[in-house]
Amino acid sequence: MKIVLAGNPNSGKTTLFNNLTGNNQHIGNWPGVTVEKKEGILKGKKDITVVDLPGIYSLSPYSLEEVISRDYILNENPDVIINIIDGSSLERSLYLTTQLIETGIPVIIAVNMMDVIAKKQDVIKSDLMGKMLNCPVVEITALKSHGSEELINKALEVAKQEYKFRPVVWYSQEIEEVIKLISEKIKDKVDEEKLRFYSIKVFEKDEKVLGDLKLNIEDFKEISEKIKIIEEKNDDDTESIITQERYAFIKRFVGKVYLKNKLKMQNISLKIDKVLTNKYLGLPIFVVIIFLVYYLAISTVGGLLSDFVNESIFGDNGLPFIVSGWLESINTWPWLQGIIVEGIIGGVGAVLGFLPQMFVLFLLLGILEESGYMARIAFILDKIFRRFGLSGRSFFPMLMSTGCGVPGIMATRTIEEENNRKVMIMTTTFMPCGAKLPIIALIAGAMFRTSPIQWLIAPSAYLIGIAMIIISSIILKKFKGFASKASPFIMELPDYHLPSYKTLAFHVYHKLKSFVKKAGTIILLAAVIVWLLSNFSWSFKMVDDTNLSILASLGKLIDIIFAPLGWGDWKATVATITGLIAKENVVSTFGVLYGFAEVSEDGAEIWMLLATDFTALSAYSFLIFNLICAPCFAAIGAIKKEMGSIKWTWIAIGFQTGLAYAIALIIYQIGLIFTGVFNFGSIVGIFTLAVLLYLLLRPNKYLNPKIPVQTL
Amino acid sequence: MTNTLDKANINQDYIILKVKGEKQIKRRLMDLGLIPGTKLHVRKYAPLGDPIEIMVKGTELTIRKSDAFNILIETIAED
Repeated sequence: MKIVLAGNPNSGKTTLFNNLTGNNQHIGNWPGVTVEKKEGILKGKKDITVVDLPGIYSLSPYSLEEVISRDYILNENPDVIINIIDGSSLERSLYLTTQLIETGIPVIIAVNMMDVIAKKQDVIKSDLMGKMLNCPVVEITALKSHGSEELINKALEVAKQEYKFRPVVWYSQEIEEVIKLISEKIKDKVDEEKLRFYSIKVFEKDEKVLGDLKLNIEDFKEISEKIKIIEEKNDDDTESIITQERYAFIKRFVGKVYLKNKLKMQNISLKIDKVLTNKYLGLPIFVVIIFLVYYLAISTVGGLLSDFVNESIFGDNGLPFIVSGWLESINTWPWLQGIIVEGIIGGVGAVLGFLPQMFVLFLLLGILEESGYMARIAFILDKIFRRFGLSGRSFFPMLMSTGCGVPGIMATRTIEEENNRKVMIMTTTFMPCGAKLPIIALIAGAMFRTSPIQWLIAPSAYLIGIAMIIISSIILKKFKGFASKASPFIMELPDYHLPSYKTLAFHVYHKLKSFVKKAGTIILLAAVIVWLLSNFSWSFKMVDDTNLSILASLGKLIDIIFAPLGWGDWKATVATITGLIAKENVVSTFGVLYGFAEVSEDGAEIWMLLATDFTALSAYSFLIFNLICAPCFAAIGAIKKEMGSIKWTWIAIGFQTGLAYAIALIIYQIGLIFTGVFNFGSIVGIFTLAVLLYLLLRPNKYLNPKIPVQTL
Repeated sequence: MTNTLDKANINQDYIILKVKGEKQIKRRLMDLGLIPGTKLHVRKYAPLGDPIEIMVKGTELTIRKSDAFNILIETIAED
């Protein structure tokens, strides 16, 4: 049996879904698109699937989310739809309800946020509402798990009963006559329960439905003429006419169903926003809050915990020491010991050492999001992001990515416009994540230790990250594949509420879980492989000098690719490639290649050696390349998941690496010009810069798009 | 006095007269309840001047000035 959850964004759908399915969830993407698909098994009932549809305001054919939802309901024949609505926005929420009912599938209304209504001392007459809409109404408070049981029982009851569809919204007589005519013409093409839905859609001139139904020409002409008469009479298009009649229907009874408390208490959220989105205080407060989040996550709480993990568990007297002692005592082969201690524990340990900082960061960002403040941030920052073709919602993924790119990429889900979402998925990892910090520290320490600009290196990495996101967005949006579809940016500002422990725990758990899973699988495997390749020569003998290893010879084969960037050295090449596994590896690999089995986080031991192989310019070029190029495997996996397609994953990685190459080339070659060198390389550098500037500054022919959304 | 929403004054109540614009934009605006005859209250402008925060049918919405331009409004007296 299939139950479907449908409702507006911010209605509490996700909380309800979590209540109903617990941990039996499978989260993926709808095939080929960047929209999240959530499916689960009802708790305690193995044969009942619950599908969580994307948050939508209507079943029109204009956005991916709406098309996906509508297609699922009409084609997959769920047994019952649970329509979850925010009880305190009844008038708007019921707009979707009227459409859901028209699909012919039985609907149960779950009125959520009953606790908020009770606090306001408003009254909902659920029974009366049920009568007006001809469907059962159950009151719930998803955040507190109230009412879930009653809801499920009702849903099962409805699913098992015989359901006879009866229209609830009756339109004006002239419209009903046309609908009747349309129904006559299409009744052979659709199921009986769905006839009214399709007829109304034809009346609305819904492009997708018209395309699917393929009316014959005379029928189409006859219907079009009747439609035209009505449109001219009302001086409006039929879609708008229907929309207005739906709202009129709702307005007629909503006053009797939702009784507002006479005392007009000002909404607490509005009071809070008087400060938080205040004209003068809004921005400064935002800056302070973000600073606090980082301070707590990275420096204080998170930092302490991370240090503890790194020093005690993975430190000199910790796990590696214990395990290697034990392995030696049982006379394990040296190479196996090496794999286990240096490869697995060393490699994976470097990654897991970040876990505490990420835990705190995710927790704090989760609080910001769940409480409703994130929407305010998007509101405050939108004007800035607008300049680059993005929206205020892009800020959140960027913020997340400074901790770790994996949840940063996942956070792009909240971006409504599909092409903006794609652009953010491709560029959010330009923000230096926690794992890239050691690389920055390494270069700053090795090459700029005595330089007056040393303190600039780290901030420059963040600035360049932000600049790259902006530049990429501008460049990409001038290409057809990324041009914005004509959709307005309208966002709801939900009421503030205290996040529940459960939801927070869910959030943080899921984010950490995917991170740890990758560490346990891909990173583990890759760490082992890298260790083997760097410790063995082609004749499968262990070597002490890494220069003779398989990895070295492979590196020497391809290092020439990076010569134009100033660092065509096999060690740098190999370090960069191991950075694909986990960015921290860049530092540890350099360590291994320069002869140190273990190095500290910023690689202080190898600064002298590094300085002989790089110049300041080539080192900076190396840094920038590694910060911008394709992210670690875990992040690439996240990109694939969010893009929902392999083709786009390759496009993303290709773009990032290509851009990284171009920028590093420009930095190095043009930097050289300033030192008095001018050769063929300089010309290539200038040419690359010219190409970049052209892509950046050329006119955007997609600025006023009339491109319809592609249908699935 | 008729005007477009992007030029509305803060703390003022308005009634929507008409919604213009391309099909997709218009539909989106109307789906959210911005239809002729609906009352809305302009709460504030964002600190940087855009978007606008309005209250419609019990919900706080933020809308960009360039999209608000599509909504024709008229002043009504505050209750």
